[in-house]
Amino acid sequence: MLEHPEPKPLASSRRGLPFRIRLEPRLEEPPRWYPALLSLGAILVALLIGAALIALAGGDPWKSYVHIANASFGSVGVLSDTIVKATPILLTSLACAIAFRMKLWNIGAEGQFIMGAFGASAVVLAHIVPEDSPRWLFLLTMMIAGMGFGAMWGFIPGYLKAKFNVNEIISTLMLNYIAVSWVNFFVFGVWSERGFQMSAKFPKAAWLPRLADYGKKIPAFRGLTTHAGLLIGIIAAFAVWLLLYHSRWGYEIRLIGDNPRAAKYAGIGIAKNITLVMMVSGALAGLGGMSEIAGVVHRLQTSPIAAGYGFTGIIVAWLAKLNPFAIILVSILFGALILAGREIQPSGVPKMIQGIILVSLIASDFLLRYRIRVERLDMEEED
Amino acid sequence: MDEPLDTPKSVSSETPPVVFMRNIVKRFPGVLANDHVNFELRHGEIHALLGENGAGKSTLMNVLAGLYRQDSGTIYINGTPVSFSSPRDAIEAGIGMIHQHFMLVPSQTVTENILLGLSKPRFRLNLQEYDRVIADLGEQYGLKVDPQAKIWQLSVGEQQRVEILKMLYRGADVLIMDEPTAVLAPQEIEDLFKTLRAMTQKGKSIIFISHKLQEIMEIADRVTVLRRGKVTAQGLDASGITRQELARLMVGREVIFHIEKEARTPGEVVLEVRDIHAENDKGLPALNGVSLEVRAGEILGLAGVAGNGQRELAQVITGMRKCTSGEVLLQGEAISNRSPRFGIQRGVAHVPEDRTHVGTAPNLSVTDNVIMKTYRKPPIARHGLLNRLAATQFAKDLKKAYDIIVPTVETPVRLLSGGNLQRVILAREISGKPALLVAVQPTRGLDVGAIEGVQRLLLAQREAGAAILLISEELEELLALSDRVAVIYEGKIMGEVPIHEGEPEESLIETIGLMMTGTPMEEIEKGVEAHA
Repeated sequence: MLEHPEPKPLASSRRGLPFRIRLEPRLEEPPRWYPALLSLGAILVALLIGAALIALAGGDPWKSYVHIANASFGSVGVLSDTIVKATPILLTSLACAIAFRMKLWNIGAEGQFIMGAFGASAVVLAHIVPEDSPRWLFLLTMMIAGMGFGAMWGFIPGYLKAKFNVNEIISTLMLNYIAVSWVNFFVFGVWSERGFQMSAKFPKAAWLPRLADYGKKIPAFRGLTTHAGLLIGIIAAFAVWLLLYHSRWGYEIRLIGDNPRAAKYAGIGIAKNITLVMMVSGALAGLGGMSEIAGVVHRLQTSPIAAGYGFTGIIVAWLAKLNPFAIILVSILFGALILAGREIQPSGVPKMIQGIILVSLIASDFLLRYRIRVERLDMEEED
Repeated sequence: MDEPLDTPKSVSSETPPVVFMRNIVKRFPGVLANDHVNFELRHGEIHALLGENGAGKSTLMNVLAGLYRQDSGTIYINGTPVSFSSPRDAIEAGIGMIHQHFMLVPSQTVTENILLGLSKPRFRLNLQEYDRVIADLGEQYGLKVDPQAKIWQLSVGEQQRVEILKMLYRGADVLIMDEPTAVLAPQEIEDLFKTLRAMTQKGKSIIFISHKLQEIMEIADRVTVLRRGKVTAQGLDASGITRQELARLMVGREVIFHIEKEARTPGEVVLEVRDIHAENDKGLPALNGVSLEVRAGEILGLAGVAGNGQRELAQVITGMRKCTSGEVLLQGEAISNRSPRFGIQRGVAHVPEDRTHVGTAPNLSVTDNVIMKTYRKPPIARHGLLNRLAATQFAKDLKKAYDIIVPTVETPVRLLSGGNLQRVILAREISGKPALLVAVQPTRGLDVGAIEGVQRLLLAQREAGAAILLISEELEELLALSDRVAVIYEGKIMGEVPIHEGEPEESLIETIGLMMTGTPMEEIEKGVEAHA
């Protein structure tokens, strides 16, 4: 029942070496700690390559890395900023993870995130709730609206896929651009603040609480920008984990993801689930948009919310192997890279390091499926 | 072909064996696939390698063909120790393996496929010239095939000939054939056997992997039997041994070829199929008015040549295919054109034809695979949540009760052998105590021991009062298990015969055979009357 690709000898026929290196497919599951160790190793290799590049560019790699580390984890203040950057990524990558688990390639977390931000803003700007409403009412309706708009943006490609087998990669990708234009329409027109391309600032009651808000009571929190979105993200991660691995529906999602024909045979409706999973995925990304708008931006504005969090979410979900808890860690790593990268160069080197990390992590996957064996050449001389 | 010239030694028993594998050990995680296996192939013989699924036959031959490397042990070719690091090395040493799944490019011609990967026609292909060479080679060994035909135009049997030619062209002296008859029609098997004999006369040596005793008795000179990675009999003379003896060596106990079946009076009608019409995947009519009845506690066997609507019928009954007209009733309730789930909830169990692509989710664990039909109900599901502990316990219980050989229930099922995978499916389907069990080719590709196990499970279900529709291409199996056998031909039921113990089987088989080839029952009966 097993099919093995041919083992590939790397240096088999070369004469002179006292050993040869062979790659063999792994037939067993590697131990649990192995993937984590492998990822760590891959990141180290990536940093080494990055160091070489920095050196080539005339920089001091060690100093640069120390600088990056300091700028992202060096003090409570910057750590807090790192977490602020990680929060939207956390939610978008959870959104991707749940869709990817079913092999639905939702590339539209970006658009769903933007629509979530729009929905949350609409609650304030269209006066859905009275302006003097208590904070809990503001935030609750904003969350519902954010998730609702995100879910709607997920429903469209989901339903099209379920009903007409429209390729979701294309449709979700295209919907991203529509989402940007949609928000631009409002930012440039209806909700424009005195002609600027942004809306009026939200009332304080529509802001997610920040640590700094408690600065008076707890001096250590003074000036810290970390907001309640982090809490939302962590709860969402836990919820996704519970859903995927400990719920009936999650079982169906995993079954469809692994073998749709078996799922059909087990009596699971696939079309219905495609639509639902896309909606949940969209709702999570939309929640991310709400958290960003209510926690950081505090007004509707295109550039800070269409900053590519949805695309970074794809990478993070993939790197975390769709594991919700690993997503928390990887999000923080990427938050740090985004934040500290700007300290070195606005673009360029930091983006490059991100890319190298991604490539080496993906390449390291190979070692999950194959193992390297070094063999002594004993009875090699045949003739 | 460039036959390696034998060193002028006396060609007799002094000649070293063509292949000698000594103390081969190959370990896979959790499994000792080959445990100090010895194997010897003599010049010009057909040597059968017999063993159950998972006995280590394929592993041993993959080692010989350079696909795997042994953990320890030595291979000698014509008396010289060799070490292969790739299939290419093995081919250079004159060993060619013909796999069960052919490795041919469908859009290219026979000649192009044979030349593929060789260095000889370098740039400019002079195909006509090579066509001739290949036609000659085929002539020599009785492998008739048109060198200019494209692979997709060829039957499975012809494609196999191309694979054999490919190896001969590369100068193989030893051919390893991995279950070559599994894909062939009876007539093609005859042709293959002729070819094999022709090849041995021309000095080739053949290793024939199989678990079909009949074939081994027919074709092999000697037999080596493997059981659970060990050799139980090495190089037995095939003419001096009986089927029963071979079977015992292979499974370690006497296989009962005749299964005792308890006489039973069937209960009320469980499944009623009424005039079903349905289309196949290509939109062509596959079922043209099928009607059947299966009662509680009986097995209705459905015989027929493959592709006469069996698959579509099973799919319509289990809700996986819509029918265009007609009705399927389960205990009086219409279940056709509803979802598969509708049937599952009413007690329809289904052992699908395709174990890996329909019956299981390969990357999910044994646990996740056995709860496929029960995950909606307590104790496994409660308030929308899955009770992992209950699921694991359920899987462990099934593993024990159905003797599923797997390290833990968390192992992904893609690592299971065919027999074990089928046990996972049967365990899942039967444990739900179904009212109706639709079993499609439940024993195909399994070894003797596993087949018997599956058949016993089916009979146990019959005794437990389930209605069973057994769809099979193995007539022997249908006759051994069924209470009645219906025959399907071009989407129509040709007729039905009751199976009684002691009935003159010859006439029965003849009747079924006639129906399988398209003669309806009424005409057969008329013919009998006319004779009387």
